[in-house]
Parts: sequence; structure tokens; C-alpha cells
Amino acid sequence: MAEAVDLKVVGTSPVRPDGVDKVTGRAAFGADLNLPGMLYGKVLRSPHAHARIKSVDVSRALAADGVLAAVSGADFPSDRLDDLARNVIARDKALYNGHAVAAVAAKTQQQAEAALELIDVDYEVLDPVLTLDEAMAAGATLVNESQHTNGDTSKPPSNIAVQQAFERGDVDKGFAEADVIVESEHRVPTAHQGYIEPHACTATMNAGGKATIWCCTQGHFDVRSLTAGVLGKSVGNIKVIPSEIGGGFGGKTIIYLEPLAVKLSELSGRPVKMMMTREEVFRATGPASATWCKVKVGAKKDGTFTAATAWLAYEAGAFPGAPIGPGCMSVLAPYDVPNLRIEGNDVLVTKPRVCAYRAPGAPQSMHAMECAIDELARKLDMDPIDIRLKNAADEGTQAPYGPTFPPIGLKKCLEAAKNHPNYLKPLAEGAGRGLAVGFWFNIGMQSSAEVRIAEDGMVTVMEGNPDIGGSRASMALMAAETLGVPYEQVKAHVGDTESTGFCNVTGGSRTTFATGMAVVQACEDIIAQCRQRAALTWDLDAEQVDWVDGEAVPKPGVNADVKPLSLANIARRAGRTGGPLLGRASLNAQGAGASFSVNWTDARVDTETGKTDILAFTAVQDAGRAIHPAYVEGQMQGGAVQGLGWALNEEYIYDERGALENPGFLDYRVPVASDMPMIDTQIVEVPNPSHPYGVRGVGETPIVAPLAALSNAVRDQLGFRINDLPLSPPRVLAALDEQG
Amino acid sequence: MSKVHVSTTINGDVVEFLCEPHQSLLEVLREDLGLTGTKEGCATGDCGACSVLVDGRLVCSCLMLGVEADSVELTTIEGIAGPDGLHVIQQKYLEHAALQCGICTPGFIVATKALLDKHSDPDETTIRYWLAGNLCRCTGYDKIVRAVQASAEALAYEA
Repeated sequence: MAEAVDLKVVGTSPVRPDGVDKVTGRAAFGADLNLPGMLYGKVLRSPHAHARIKSVDVSRALAADGVLAAVSGADFPSDRLDDLARNVIARDKALYNGHAVAAVAAKTQQQAEAALELIDVDYEVLDPVLTLDEAMAAGATLVNESQHTNGDTSKPPSNIAVQQAFERGDVDKGFAEADVIVESEHRVPTAHQGYIEPHACTATMNAGGKATIWCCTQGHFDVRSLTAGVLGKSVGNIKVIPSEIGGGFGGKTIIYLEPLAVKLSELSGRPVKMMMTREEVFRATGPASATWCKVKVGAKKDGTFTAATAWLAYEAGAFPGAPIGPGCMSVLAPYDVPNLRIEGNDVLVTKPRVCAYRAPGAPQSMHAMECAIDELARKLDMDPIDIRLKNAADEGTQAPYGPTFPPIGLKKCLEAAKNHPNYLKPLAEGAGRGLAVGFWFNIGMQSSAEVRIAEDGMVTVMEGNPDIGGSRASMALMAAETLGVPYEQVKAHVGDTESTGFCNVTGGSRTTFATGMAVVQACEDIIAQCRQRAALTWDLDAEQVDWVDGEAVPKPGVNADVKPLSLANIARRAGRTGGPLLGRASLNAQGAGASFSVNWTDARVDTETGKTDILAFTAVQDAGRAIHPAYVEGQMQGGAVQGLGWALNEEYIYDERGALENPGFLDYRVPVASDMPMIDTQIVEVPNPSHPYGVRGVGETPIVAPLAALSNAVRDQLGFRINDLPLSPPRVLAALDEQG
Repeated sequence: MSKVHVSTTINGDVVEFLCEPHQSLLEVLREDLGLTGTKEGCATGDCGACSVLVDGRLVCSCLMLGVEADSVELTTIEGIAGPDGLHVIQQKYLEHAALQCGICTPGFIVATKALLDKHSDPDETTIRYWLAGNLCRCTGYDKIVRAVQASAEALAYEA
């Protein structure tokens, strides 16, 4: 791994390659493609949270003005009735208010909307299942009558789709040894990723059966395989072109509209564009799980943890898949706890199927545990950083989920926080301060990259991860550093499914780590070729040629009277030395380093109105190595504000029949500029030994700690704890009333 | 229903179009005139992604009808950069890494232009309240506010 002092380009923050198009309105996003003869597709959605669909008749809609195609669940292959297909379009049952039931394509948006009203659906309305308590109660209405917990058909069907647990040591003995024990339970509501760009796509199917899909997605290779699955097609018959993507945060890792648009295009013979409204995004796409977490933690008088337990129940929505795995992995990951038990429950309810949201599952479980640890510190009269330092995981600590940590940066982050001016600064009159730790394990997975050298030495990097937050800049920086050329000489591009090699989704904070590693290896391939080309030119062996600062030079001691050859020199003569320079790499990246953070906030509750103001917020996080520090800070700041939004205001509010009452940004209130202060950041760098430049994923950890940091700050000011989120004015006022 | 003839000025060009009486200005810009730089985030006036200037005033184009654009001067994101290159505001957004995904950026830049046209030296609070109608989910606003501050400084220096 390169030492920081040797780096020339990595660690600078230049303007991104796609920047000019994004500030001038030229960058094309999901809804920005219009084609000749294009139709508009619209979706009919269930008005019921739970209903048997007895029949769907689209014939009146098909006869309406301008309508060229209409589909329902019956138009999709019946042997593909997996959860994903049934979420894309309902078959026998509608499982949430907003579940797609039919779709039409017409010449204008207005004609398509009018046609939806002509679709006849015969529903038998069933009772909704809207809360974890209801879903897990004995005799609960079943969301799926054939769902058995963990597939165990010897037991009666249940809304608990999956139950998992892991245990270490002897929990009872551990609690018996504790001098102080804190036990509490916490609920966190459903929150939406709130990306500003609604889902959109344009699909065309040609007469030969080949579909082309333009869409906003975090992973176009996944769109290809998932759409192929739902339609019963081969991936070879589907090309997916990723548009620019207007935010995802995990929410654009699956498909909703794409198979419908392809089918409508197939039936009409026209391109079909589909765009969700904001209301549809809220009602029908996957938000984060609402959760119920019970935690218990015990410690000796000196703060040493003796035991901890966590019981987690996460709403999955209509199909299994709540992130209980990551919730369980994260809840105690920052600490070395000798005795622990962690249990997770994946619970079906008649609400939209949940989807990934930035560190999926971790903010909720860690909110509960970090609140409990805060109370423990108070009981022991310890500083919240000291109690965490006392128990912090470090290199060699066995994570609760099994593996032993390689070098990690938690202790360094805690120490940095302890010495930070914002932590040493006295608290403003009447305010509270709260601190919490965040964690995300990060992932590797498969990536490919290609590096092409043009005849003038310009470098083109091709890879397959949609750029959501500046990853083209990171790829170009790593390529420039590896090749030894200026950043400006490199342009990074995101190719479609047919112009670049396979890459897994942009998610799990894997792109800069895994795809970055592929880019570095593809550049090393180029360097090897350049050494060979120079050797050929100089009549030497490739082993006698070095690559230094972007030039081929004879190795020290090699007797050759030649001038160094730059990338441009070699590229210009490439035809004479074997043809164009093309470097490639593909890999399944291992060793994604976990990223820890420490966040604290100063906040003030107005006890008359219940409104909480954020006075200051500081985020310290281990980035391994920041390739583009400004974008790393941006991840930390953006995640902080998303976490604060969840803690302050954001929640899905349902009526008793399961209709979402706040499906818009007016009533689902995400933070606006005037709600927030500057978000101070400090990047800690404990390099990840598995990456050539030491990268750890940084995108997800930032959302984790703010929830508990704010809860702990409000606790600090008020003198009592409000366990549940959000700390919205109604909840805070109710709690104040209760306290008298 | 018959379409209405509208004559307007967009980014300095005289533009004529036919639109349905119910169509929003946003829909006309994006779907009929090909000006897709103006974005739709909500279509209910809550996110500001569709911000345009109407006779110099900041407006959500999703809340205005296409027919209301008759005889006005419209500025969209496509009209912010001049023939000499990027506007200072655009340059500062890039330098300060004030965009991540970029979907809200056109609206923010148009709103920043409206702010700085009116207040050449706004303090942080003024900036935050002026931009409170524009949602950004990626940046947490920190770098956007800094880009606006830097734009104001650069414009003052130019003036």
C-alpha cells in the first residue's frame, strides 16, 4: 500500500469530470429521455392495504382515446411469481396501499391518467396489518398465508418470516457480574430515502424482441437481470443504459417500473416512458424499516461492559427482507463485549416492501444501544467518550458477528473527538450535548474496469457503477495516481451493460473500494504494457524498464542511452509496437474495511413549542484514506443531515386502513437549509490494508450515529429520556406534559 | 380541448408553443420544449428542483401553468451560463463540491442567482432561508452554503 507522503493526486479535491454538465442542466437523468413516438405509461395502484384481487379488466381502458397498451399481473409469466415479480405487479393479492395492480400506455400523460380510471378491479378487502405488535401477536391476520418462520412448515404460518440469533459467552453470568445495568426499548419509524429524483425509465422493445431500458438506478446490471427475471427473458435480450441518478441511498437498488415499461412497449410497438410522481415514490417504493428494539447492557463500576443483549424486530413490508442481518451485526460492533446475545425478527406487514437505506438496519439498532450506553455512562458518572474508549473494539477484537477486526479506526476517532475543539467547547446555556458511535461493515463484491489510452495519451476509464456522489472523480484520481499522470489527463465514464464489464450495484459503500481497486489494477495492466512497448522500442527486456512518474525509463544500472517515453509517446507509436493500449481488470474484492464514526451534537429543545434546533454538529470518521476529501466530507455531512432528519421529524404516518397520510415533502418533512447549521467534519485515516490506497467505504456510516447523538443531546437538556423517534414537536410536548 | 398558443421569451430567445390549458410550465419545458435541465422532484412546489426565474423572480415552474408564461421573460438553468463559459455561481458550486448526485443542482443554482441578484452580500442565515425552498438530500447543505458565500465574494470582486 502506498504511503501518504508518496501520493501526488490521491487526497486532492479537483472538480469532477461530469461537473460542468451537472451545473448547466445538460446531464441527463432518468426522466430526461424523450424519443419520437414515445408513449407515457402510468400505474394503477391498490387503494387498499390488503385485498384479494378477484379480477382485473383492462378492456375499457384499452378502448379509450390515445391508449395503445394495458397490462395487469396476468400478462407476466406465471412461473416467475417470486417476491420481486409480485412486488412489481400484484397477482392474487394487493399487499399495501400503492401496490401496482395494472398499467397503461397512452399518447399523452393525461390520456394515460384518464385510462387508469377505466380499469375495473374487483377487490375483496382484507384487514390490514400495520404494526409490529399487531403482526407478531398471536392470531394475527396473515400477510402471506403460506409464510412460515424460517420456512419451518411444522409450525403454523406466521408474519415473522425470519428469526435469527447469535450468542457469545454466558449472558446471565455477565449480567450477574455487572455493577450497573441499563435496559430500555426504542421505536424508530419508517423513513424514506427521500432522493429528489423520482424513479423513471424509458423502454423500447424492437421487433426482434430486444429491449433497451434507460433508467435511473444504482446498478444497471441488476436492472438487467431482475427485469429479465420478471419478464422471463434472457439477459442477452435486455440492454440497460444508466442515466445520471438523482440520489438513491439504497432505494434505487431494485426495480419497479422497468418490466412494466418493457411490456407496454412490446404490446404497443412504441417507446414507453414511465415516471413516478412523488406520491407514488412514498406510497410504493421501499423505505427503511420501522423498528422496535429492546436492549440491555451491563458494566462494572469502571465502565467495563460485562454483557449486552439486543432483541430487534424490523418491519419488512409486504415481502420478507428487512435488514435484520446488518441490524444485528451492527448493534454491538463497536464494542468488545464478552457475553452477548442478539436476536433479529423480519416481520411482514401490509406496507411497501422495505428497501436498503444507507447502512440498512444499522441506524435503528445502534440508536437503541447508543442510547442505553449513554444512560450507563450517566449512571457511572463517566464521560460518554471514556466509557466507549474503555470498551472500544480494536485490531484483533472479535466482532460480535464472527470475524476478527483487521486495523480499524474507532479508537482513533474517539481520541480525535475527545481532543476536538467542538467537544472541549462549553455548551450554550440551556442546550444539551449528545454523542454516539456509528459503524458500517462495508462490502466488496464484483467489479470490472477498462482503461483505454488515446493516441494523444489521454486516459479513458470505463467502469459500470452509476456515479451518485462523485465517484468518477475518485476513479480518475486513483487512475492518475497509479499511472503517474495529471488528473486532467484522465476521464472516467460509466458504461452501459453492453459497453463495459459487469459491476455489482453502487451500494454497500463498495464503489471507491472495489471498483477503485479494479481501476488501479487496469492501470497496472497499462503500465506493464507500456514497459513492454518501451522495451521493444529500446531493444531491451520489459524487466529492464521501469515506470516512474508517468514515463517509461530504463531501470537503474541498465545501460541505454534513451529518452524517457511518456504515455503520450508510447500511445502515439502504439501501432508500431502492437496496437492500441487497453488495460483491463476484473475482480471479486475482498477485505472491505469497516468504517467507524463518532458524532456529537449540541441541540436545544424549545420547551414551549417542542421544536428542537440543531446548534452544532461534528462528525469524525475513519475513511481509511480519503481519495477525494471534499466528497468524503460531503458523504459525512449528507449522512449526518439525513440521520438528523430521521431523528427530528421524518416518519410515515398511516391511517387505520393503511393509507399513507403524508406522501409528499410538505408533510414528510426532510431537513431544509434553514434547519441545519454547518456540519463540521474530521476525517481520520487508518488505511485499509486490503486496498492499494487504503480505502474504506465511507458512504453509509455517516447516517448511523446522528439518531442517538440527537436523542442523547435532548436527554442531556431535558433531564429525562424520550426513547422513541422522531423527536418531533408533538412527541416532545407529550413527553414534557407527562413529566409535568 | 384545444391547445393554447403561447408566446414567451426563454433564455433570451423568443419562443412560441402550443400547450394544453392544464399543463404546468414544468411539463411544457421538459416534455414539449426539450429543456430538461429543469427537474421535477415533487410537482407540488415543495422541493424547488424545478426553479426558474420569471421576470427575474424565483418561481417553482411546477406551480405555474404553461399558458401563464405568455409575454414573460423566463430564465432556466440552460440560460445561466453565458457564451464565455460558466457563470461564477456554477463555477463555485463545482469548486466547493456543492453537488453530489446533481438532481437538485439546477434549482439551487437558479435560486442562488435570484438571491444574489437581490442581496449581494447575504449572511449565512439569509442564504439558508433563501434556499429553504430547495431540497438537497445529498450534501446536508454545508457545501452549498459555502458555494453561495464564495459566489457572493467573487461577484463582489468582479463588480
